[in-house]
Amino acid sequence: MRFPTYTLIAAMLFAATPALAGDYTLGKLDIDRPWTRATPPGAKAAGGFVTIANSSAEDDRLVSASAIFAGRVELHTMDMTDGVMKMRHLPDGIPVPAGETVSLAPGGLHVMFMELKEPISEATPVPVSLTFEKAGTIEIEMSVAKPGAPAPENHKHMHDEGKN
Amino acid sequence: MSRRALSILAGAVLALVLAIVAVATMNLSPSGQSGGGSGTADIGGAFTLTGEDGTIVTEADFVGKPTAIFFGFTFCPDVCPTTLYELSGLIEALGPDADKLNYAFVSVDWQRDGPAELARYTSSFDDRIRGLAGTEEQIEAITKAYRVYYKKIPTDDGDYTIDHTASVYLMDGEGGFVGTLSYGEAHDSMLEKLKRLAASA
Repeated sequence: MRFPTYTLIAAMLFAATPALAGDYTLGKLDIDRPWTRATPPGAKAAGGFVTIANSSAEDDRLVSASAIFAGRVELHTMDMTDGVMKMRHLPDGIPVPAGETVSLAPGGLHVMFMELKEPISEATPVPVSLTFEKAGTIEIEMSVAKPGAPAPENHKHMHDEGKN
Repeated sequence: MSRRALSILAGAVLALVLAIVAVATMNLSPSGQSGGGSGTADIGGAFTLTGEDGTIVTEADFVGKPTAIFFGFTFCPDVCPTTLYELSGLIEALGPDADKLNYAFVSVDWQRDGPAELARYTSSFDDRIRGLAGTEEQIEAITKAYRVYYKKIPTDDGDYTIDHTASVYLMDGEGGFVGTLSYGEAHDSMLEKLKRLAASA
């Protein structure tokens, strides 16, 4: 009796997230929903986003990132105070404390891709490498949402009103 | 003797400083354009910028329709594309009313963003959003008029980023300040404000 229920739930869970780029595991780190946004033509910078959960008893730290499509990649934070946007480089990286989940998301922490060699296009997920102080390095793929989209799209490649 | 010379010099310096401050204050004072009547905040005024096709755009081009105007730059990875995306969605949601308003994206990055860069950049968003570029003086003038804060922040590699006010300013058909849309404000709240602005047109 139980078995089919679990099977059903599992099937539903899988069915719910078919089009997102994969979620990843690196040691005790869960690296989920990596995504970025297509860049408007001529844009030289883009932000990358991901959720990192650290289930180990040890603090870790995202120390760097790299990508073949960007001349330079940094870890940044953005802060909005009194309506003023301030962005800052985090030379020491982003702490991922033991037992905590850190979200890189629009309006806050992000991987900053600079000196883009080519535009990031909606059609193609982009490969990015993340390096953690303790867990090491992992290659991931970031799904690509529309320029300026507030969240990753659940249904990729949808033939929607493309006005490009 | 030399002490007296020193005090004369100090006096002269002080006078010069006062003169500079006086001139600067005069420049800061509103140009008289777009009075915004009594009670409304003194935001807005005359400006001269360049449109995406290289033509000169001034406040006169916006008179007659209310305007949603936003300040940013094309190197901005997050808040600028997010705002332009949001604004594009709002324009779509407004339907036919959308054409009752002007939409402008002014780049405060006078060093890197010209008309061509802005034309390319805004092509990803609603066609009705007009990119406007300016020289250093022109950008200084419009940011002062709109009380927009912007500051170049050097980065380690000799490049720079720009801190800037990220609100969308809403102006009435005469160029008087009405209110703002703030970053992160709920979609419905922003849509309501734009609908009201369109209704006032």
